[in-house]
Amino acid sequence: MAHINLPEGLPGIRGPMAFRPETAKPLNQLAEVLLRSENSLTRGERELIATYVSSLNDCFFCQNAHGGIAQHYLQCDMSYIDAVKKDFQSTSISEKLKSLLAIAGSVQKGGKHVTPEQIAQAKFFGATDIEIHDTVLIAAAFCMFNRYVDGLGTWAPQDRNIYVARGPRRAEEGYINFDLYK
Amino acid sequence: MPHIPLDANLPGITGILNYRTDTALPIRELTHLLLRGESTLTRAERELIATVVSYGNECKFCTAAHAATADLLLGEKETVEKVKHNHEHAPVSTKMKTLLTIARAVQVSGKNVTTEMIQHAKAEGASDLEIHDTVLIAALFSLYNRLVDGLASITPTEPAFYDRLAHILVEKGYLPSENRYASLNS
Repeated sequence: MAHINLPEGLPGIRGPMAFRPETAKPLNQLAEVLLRSENSLTRGERELIATYVSSLNDCFFCQNAHGGIAQHYLQCDMSYIDAVKKDFQSTSISEKLKSLLAIAGSVQKGGKHVTPEQIAQAKFFGATDIEIHDTVLIAAAFCMFNRYVDGLGTWAPQDRNIYVARGPRRAEEGYINFDLYK
Repeated sequence: MPHIPLDANLPGITGILNYRTDTALPIRELTHLLLRGESTLTRAERELIATVVSYGNECKFCTAAHAATADLLLGEKETVEKVKHNHEHAPVSTKMKTLLTIARAVQVSGKNVTTEMIQHAKAEGASDLEIHDTVLIAALFSLYNRLVDGLASITPTEPAFYDRLAHILVEKGYLPSENRYASLNS
């Protein structure tokens, strides 16, 4: 049961968002501009950063909701997403994305864990300043979203295939114009 | 040195928010709603939540900025100093102590918030909305602290800098505004 009296039947972040629509608005706008607006990082890459950070924070809802969307964009299967979460270095993602996930992993622990060597590595593989900024901000934002979801004790469906099935629709509708109740 | 090219006149979070104003806008709006919007928690109480989370994350810039803002709103410095080190012995309400306990748990992980912590807060009169906002403020500063330190922005050491910033945050709030930081480096 959630820690506060949230509207019933809404999983994960949807409960708190329905509870307080005023704060939901900027939260969703942030997700939209970070994860979906025009960017030299693909939507799939950005969702993968969100998924990876959410898995490090052990947030079941966020890692599966965004894992399902990433899976749709990347046209891969669940085992590929799981391999990235477990050990991205051994997967076939680009060296640039690996260097950005390393930065995201450090941000998850704490901002001070990001090293000049990690930044140099990302720049060596072609990451731009904006991409580095966005990687740090996506990682930081999911440290917020994950804490919001788990800190209020929200519930989440346990069948991971539900999130995969919802991925295409979530990808299409985006983070601003969607119905919290559907 | 910051990891990306930030305006040298805008240290800490200020230069980062100016670097990419489109991502900064919703963050500013959320902060303004939570820290300055209508609430049964005072502005000082909400700044105290921001301060303890930043202190827990060892983010010197955010801790100094929000401590100075809470000091300015309270008109004294003793409360912040005590709250940072052990809020149980600080001159804040019992309800506020239970909310600061929740905020400190969220700072470590959302999963660290226990049913007992929530029950304590409710027993001391905290509303669902106050608990919600406490969790979200703590989560938001978990974002800010990582953004500030993750990009290695400059942290001024001069206390007067934070007093100037606190005046801006008290007088103008958190939304974008014209010549917002004009008084920052004077």
